[in-house]
Amino acid sequence: MDLNIFLIQFLNGIQYGLLLFLVASGLTLIFGIMGIINLAHGSFYMVGAYLAFAFTRATGNLGLAILLGLAAAVVLGLVLERALIRVLYQRDHLYQVLLTYGLILVFEELRSVLFGNDVHGVPIPQWLSYSIPLTDTLSYPVYRVAISGVCVALVAGMYYLINRTRLGMMIRAGASNREMVQSLGINIKLIYTAVFALGVALAAFAGMIAAPIASVFPGMGNQILIISFVVVVIGGIGSITGTLLSALLIGLADTFGQVLLPELAGMTVYLVMALMLLWRPQGMFRKSA
Amino acid sequence: MPASRALTIALFVGLVALALFPLFGDKYYIQLLTKIMIMAIFAMSLDLLVGYTGLVSLGHAAFFGLAGYVLAMMAPQDAAASLWITLPAALGGAALAALIIGFLVLRTSGIYFIMVTLAFAQMLFFFIHDSKYFGGSDGAYVYFRPTAALTGVQLFDLENFNHFYYVVLALMAGVYVLLQVILRSPFGAVIVGIRTNEHRMRSLGYPTFRYKLVCFVIGGTVAGLAGYFNAAQFGFVNPELLSWHQSGIALMMVLLGGMGTLFGPVLGAFAMILLEQLFQGLTEHWLLVMGGFIIAVVLFLPHGLYGLAAQLGRKREAEND
Repeated sequence: MDLNIFLIQFLNGIQYGLLLFLVASGLTLIFGIMGIINLAHGSFYMVGAYLAFAFTRATGNLGLAILLGLAAAVVLGLVLERALIRVLYQRDHLYQVLLTYGLILVFEELRSVLFGNDVHGVPIPQWLSYSIPLTDTLSYPVYRVAISGVCVALVAGMYYLINRTRLGMMIRAGASNREMVQSLGINIKLIYTAVFALGVALAAFAGMIAAPIASVFPGMGNQILIISFVVVVIGGIGSITGTLLSALLIGLADTFGQVLLPELAGMTVYLVMALMLLWRPQGMFRKSA
Repeated sequence: MPASRALTIALFVGLVALALFPLFGDKYYIQLLTKIMIMAIFAMSLDLLVGYTGLVSLGHAAFFGLAGYVLAMMAPQDAAASLWITLPAALGGAALAALIIGFLVLRTSGIYFIMVTLAFAQMLFFFIHDSKYFGGSDGAYVYFRPTAALTGVQLFDLENFNHFYYVVLALMAGVYVLLQVILRSPFGAVIVGIRTNEHRMRSLGYPTFRYKLVCFVIGGTVAGLAGYFNAAQFGFVNPELLSWHQSGIALMMVLLGGMGTLFGPVLGAFAMILLEQLFQGLTEHWLLVMGGFIIAVVLFLPHGLYGLAAQLGRKREAEND
């Protein structure tokens, strides 16, 4: 493979991995802290993308659309947690799987009612829609670089939030011992609500910034959900560092899989997962239970 | 009346009603019931994992779809394939897949298990979806239903929808009895023990991994049986059969009927498919209604229809006392 093409694929892989991190980190936080397996997490990614599409069409400005979309996503997260997810805390995983599966059907059908089943595009903002020339014939779009930059900033922000702030301390404490945190006078319910809304916002944000490059189409949520599961399984539940490394690994594996093994493109990430299960079934960054 | 006797009577009445149905029902409903009974077999196989062993699999459709594909790949275009060759091959294929996948996924537990079963089913989905050999996303046809002729003697003809119905009915009853026998054996006691407390079973000296693997393979093989007859009935297979929607619907059947019982999944299969028909008649966006229904069941009917019936029964008993 030509070095330049390799470089471009490498950058694409990193960028896809960072995007996966945004979705998977919400998934892993919601499970690690609240003990909830959330199948509808991919739907939030889809909701984000369609919100970006709708608001960009209405306002003509992707930046503004993202701000509006984020607000809508946070509200959606708060409402869902209060109305439905809260019931699931004391229930078996099976109920969590089925309720969130029901949510997927609802979101997919609402999408079909509101936007139809066509593929839609979201334009890249003017000031980001040019490319950096690499050689005479190859160039790399600035928008993708910008996405990666934003994602890296979010990774740093989350790391700071979880490990350095008082809220992060409460979140970590809530994950390890719910009753103890409560008896120390911390409102754990409020923290759960906040974590869920944060997860929804992260997934929706990923959908919004991905919309201009990946387009907006039915089923996009399920696709990213299952890949995010693979990321979480490899990274180890509850570990932000593990999720980041594993997201990058899967992003690269998927991108290079499509170039090197086009026949098996859909399967590469699952093969990586199968190998991982043989080697460390508990994930890269989780002490064995 | 004790609950167990009421249940036996209900099961017997149900079986007789199903056996007599083709005498009165027309072709459409006979075929609909055939489809429901096939799904009931599929749901029972999943309940063995979910309700009895405590393994919430979200990839069970992989074995269902795979067995259907084995039939489609073995069936010639211009003649009927032999049931006695294709069925064992399909069951063997499903069992082998369940053995390999089970070996990997059972290294995990709890939430990991859910995600990993889903991911492996998705891997098989893509394997079939992306490969030209299997017909890709368009699927493949089974031009003729398998023939049951053996050395010139034909016991039944699957091209005849009445025969097909009775074969599936017999299989459903057979699977019910087989699973009942397995669950009442010492093996069954061990797997229920694993669900309740795996650590305890391990400290009692049971190799729990092997027990779970055997259970997973039985579940996968029975799911393959359902998948084989599903493909034979519709004459068509596509990757959607392996999709996680199929697994999700099967899980819903188990929960709706009442998990941890064998007739629960059967009841759930009837209820889910009839509701599907009802919702489809109501609106083009019936999945919206179905999604809402699933959420409502989880919230308000956590023990399924069987739990509801048992609750009503207890209430009546209390009133009579």
